[in-house]
Amino acid sequence: MSTPLSVSDEMRAAPERPLLANGFWRRARRHRSFVAGGTLSLLVLGAALLSLVWTPWSAYEIDVASKLRPPSAAHWLGTDVFGRDIVSLLLVGARSTIMVGVIAVGIGLTFGVCLGLIAAARKGWTEEIIMRMSDFTFAFPAVLSAIMLAAVAGPGMVTSITAIGIFQIPTLVRVTRGSANAIWAREFVLAARASGKGSFRITIEHVLPNILSALIVQATIQFALAILAEAALSYLGLGTQPPQPSWGRMLNDAQTLLFQSPMLAVYPGAAIAIAVLGLNLLGDGLRDLLDPRLARER
Amino acid sequence: MSGSTNAPLIEVRDLGVQLNTSRGPAQAVRGVSFALKRGETLGLVGESGCGKSVTALALMGLLPDSAVISGSIRLDGRELVGLSDANYCKLRGNRIGMIFQEPMTALNPMHTIGRQVAEPLRRHTNCSAAQARKEAIALLDRVGLPDAGKRVDAYPHQFSGGQRQRVTIAMALACQPDVLIADEPTTALDVTIQGQILDLIADLVAERGMSMILISHDLGVIAESVQRMAVMYGGTVVESGATDAVFRRMGHPYTQGLFRARPRLGARKGTRLMTIAGTVPELADLPSGCTFADRCAIVEDRCRVALPVEVDVGAGHGVRCLRTDVVMAEPAGVLGS
Repeated sequence: MSTPLSVSDEMRAAPERPLLANGFWRRARRHRSFVAGGTLSLLVLGAALLSLVWTPWSAYEIDVASKLRPPSAAHWLGTDVFGRDIVSLLLVGARSTIMVGVIAVGIGLTFGVCLGLIAAARKGWTEEIIMRMSDFTFAFPAVLSAIMLAAVAGPGMVTSITAIGIFQIPTLVRVTRGSANAIWAREFVLAARASGKGSFRITIEHVLPNILSALIVQATIQFALAILAEAALSYLGLGTQPPQPSWGRMLNDAQTLLFQSPMLAVYPGAAIAIAVLGLNLLGDGLRDLLDPRLARER
Repeated sequence: MSGSTNAPLIEVRDLGVQLNTSRGPAQAVRGVSFALKRGETLGLVGESGCGKSVTALALMGLLPDSAVISGSIRLDGRELVGLSDANYCKLRGNRIGMIFQEPMTALNPMHTIGRQVAEPLRRHTNCSAAQARKEAIALLDRVGLPDAGKRVDAYPHQFSGGQRQRVTIAMALACQPDVLIADEPTTALDVTIQGQILDLIADLVAERGMSMILISHDLGVIAESVQRMAVMYGGTVVESGATDAVFRRMGHPYTQGLFRARPRLGARKGTRLMTIAGTVPELADLPSGCTFADRCAIVEDRCRVALPVEVDVGAGHGVRCLRTDVVMAEPAGVLGS
């Protein structure tokens, strides 16, 4: 008997929908946090791109005569302690923020996810070695590894990005391995093994897609941490070197003038908050949109 | 297709599996032997933790690396115990297919069902993506998925439990395996769907001349679906033989206990179900003698000395009990009466 089931097995109509085809943008436009996050992220990206072609003033020109001016028609957000225009500094600063975030998180993701997936797939000694090594790396704060790197390679943006990237690896190894282990224990992985797939194919086809949402969310958090770490390193003189502006440097410069002109700290702080918030919302939205189970409800 | 019709397709001899658990090594399977010819069906029955699923996983080579496997498993004369994982990958899904208990979790939620059914084909045969897709639609149609051509691109969450089990059956059968292992394929389904799925499996097994090992704790399912059966308890086969012979004669006290413990239609209201006294022994701490000794009503001192050997009580009906004379003195079975 192979009569198709009729009423008892109800059919929930399923329109054909490849994951990233036309339907994606239609759903994306209606997803509130994706739209909000996308807008904020585009704002930061736009600022960085704009700074390449135009800034109201030069971000490198020092004009001590007009230092610490309040907002005016000439300087929309005022000037800092060296008389540099805040708006220009923020625009140019967006560049280094994006660069640090993208490259450092890129380094962290590439190594962290690969190592985490290998640890979960291989188990045994391989897992043990990877996890102990990541514990070892974890024990060194970013600042310490940055100082070590700076001693070898000299301070600068490359050094700080590398140090932050390395600092991100252990966190991502752990998140990847943890979520991958949970997927490996699922029955569909057993079913995939029963249909003859090896651990490499299972990792790529079954484990990775199922932990992607966790990774996206973690990556946006790591991006925020990278921006903050860059600020900390700049403060120690190990990150972005003057006169290259960055939001972290601006924040730290403003710290000494907190009572004199508190707004100097507010502007870069708000910029960092906008970038981090935008990315978090974007990651949240992406997670929902990429999951076929959640896609239907939107 | 190789081998003569008389040679067993699958031959398991003295299979033993030792699992490393947190409570120490556990002998999950001991001295399990059976042989299955092409087209034959075998049922493994027993309660949770009796070693049914471990036996199945051992056949599939899917036990954890830490498991110690002894004895021999032969597929078409080829030894599978100790086979490298790469070689096992070529057999799994290709010559041995498996259906799992939980259709809700046996499918990857991130992939369309069409892709999941086509996957083993792409892996084991040289067919193109388009061919595999076409074949997947044909398979889904064969297992009775309504509107297969349209629904091939739908995701697992868009199907009901029964439909998903049909999809996993299509997946297991994609490469026309010689042996199908069905591990409690209907346990998670409604009773009404259960019958349909069992009928479908039986049809497919007959149609393709496959051998099947059906694992279940449900005596009714076993009675209806397989030619031969093996009752497992505490990691050993306590009774095995042709299904109707086992049901008619019931040579082991455990088989009789299982049979009495099933609910019946037409019993008087308020009738309590019979139970088997005691609990299943810990696999990490099995008694030295008969595994059922502590729960057996007719246990004797000699039962506790060593694991009883299998006694042939006629026509390939084997019972691992020293007291078959007492057990089988009065008829306890059903079929045929």
